[in-house]
Amino acid sequence: MKTRFDAIIIGGGILGVSTAYELAKAGMTNVCVLERHYLASGSTGRCGGGFRQQWSTETNTRLAMDSVARLEMIEEELGYRTEFFQGGYLILAHSEEEEKQFAKNVEMQRRLGLNVEIVDPVEAKKIVPFLNTELIKKATWCPKDGHINPFLLTQAYANAARRLGVEIHLWTNVTGLMKKSNTFFVMTDKGVHYEAPLLFNCAGGFSRTIGNMLNVEIPVDPYRHEILVTEPVERLWNPMVISFSVGLYARQEMSGGVVMGMGDPNEPVGTYVGSSMHFMYEMSKRFTRLFPKLDKLRIVRQWAGLYEMTADAQPILGPIDEIDNFYQACGFSGHGLMLAPAVSQLLANMAVHGKKSEVIDSLSVKRLYALKDVVREKSVV
Amino acid sequence: MKVICRCLDVTEDEVLAAIRQGATTIDEIRRLVRAGMGSCQGRTCRRLVSQIISRELKTPAAEIYPPTFRPPNRPVSFSLINAELERHEDEES
Repeated sequence: MKTRFDAIIIGGGILGVSTAYELAKAGMTNVCVLERHYLASGSTGRCGGGFRQQWSTETNTRLAMDSVARLEMIEEELGYRTEFFQGGYLILAHSEEEEKQFAKNVEMQRRLGLNVEIVDPVEAKKIVPFLNTELIKKATWCPKDGHINPFLLTQAYANAARRLGVEIHLWTNVTGLMKKSNTFFVMTDKGVHYEAPLLFNCAGGFSRTIGNMLNVEIPVDPYRHEILVTEPVERLWNPMVISFSVGLYARQEMSGGVVMGMGDPNEPVGTYVGSSMHFMYEMSKRFTRLFPKLDKLRIVRQWAGLYEMTADAQPILGPIDEIDNFYQACGFSGHGLMLAPAVSQLLANMAVHGKKSEVIDSLSVKRLYALKDVVREKSVV
Repeated sequence: MKVICRCLDVTEDEVLAAIRQGATTIDEIRRLVRAGMGSCQGRTCRRLVSQIISRELKTPAAEIYPPTFRPPNRPVSFSLINAELERHEDEES
């Protein structure tokens, strides 16, 4: 079995496989992805599957716009159906404070060239029927946002990467890391040692652990985030609906089930991903408040995944000062799937061609060590 | 054409296609082709999928990584859950 590679990527989620694919496409094909379980078994496979361009910081908006531009042609490029669907995103404002914040966001987003508008409750109800308009003041609407099937997108990237020569080793857990004379030594629970001069940390909720193995601090904290899906029904609406105040997001999958989730501020740090009754009660209360007419929908399944949070809810990208050639792509704070297509391209160009990127520099881990002038991303559920 | 998952009309060919892409567990097949994601949550097809994996990969069924079982046990409506929550709150007050 081959154990020497030009690059090793830890993590077989969307970030891991898309980075592997982009590296191979940029010319570095001797790459190996190590995954603890199977592809998309962590946060990627448990996420809500939306992609949006409506953000409160300029960096995120730019990254997301690049990602969507890339996603628009991804099926063709990778030769795989991914259930990519631009159904739009409708973000609801419930208070005047939110209205002001959203007006500011929309102004910035439009300046960057995004087709986004502010709509009143009547128009919002046309886009998403069943909505309880008494609760909302305004909403922002971007028709070019949408959703995608996370498993299929990961599989699409993985298949394409394998075709270019990338190896993906599943059921291989990284247990230790060491760096000696410009080579990373990767120990695994299979007893196999891997070697590579270039290492990527795409371990999602376990990124801090991976950093600790090399004695560097990667300030990413995992939090459980629960989500549920209803039985398939006829098409209710196309977009993803988000409300930061009620605290939920909901979208209808292509297969008909309505997927919804919420953030819980009382969640402790940890990698536990079991389901709770508390979530089912709370989610059901919130959903029927926003969509009173849909209370006869039946829930078929609930599950949970990890949000890998950083202090400013923005990802940690690129190389770090302490260790050369140790690249980070983690801490996406619940938005890895939607940013991965652009981020992986930037990282691959940086690693293979040495191409500088302002975005990656601004999202280096250094900003979190300083922790003074952090601007927190506000559009996070 | 053999139907494996009768909730979502997943055929044996689709399951085989998933195995060809590298799937070795029931969970992976569920995620790729949705067998077992319907309203019965895989009560019928879990065993069939397991048999197909066992046959194709030539491993004993007992060695296949077990799938995750997720709540609720059967579909429940939001109104039922809301009513249950109200009942709990009444009892507590």
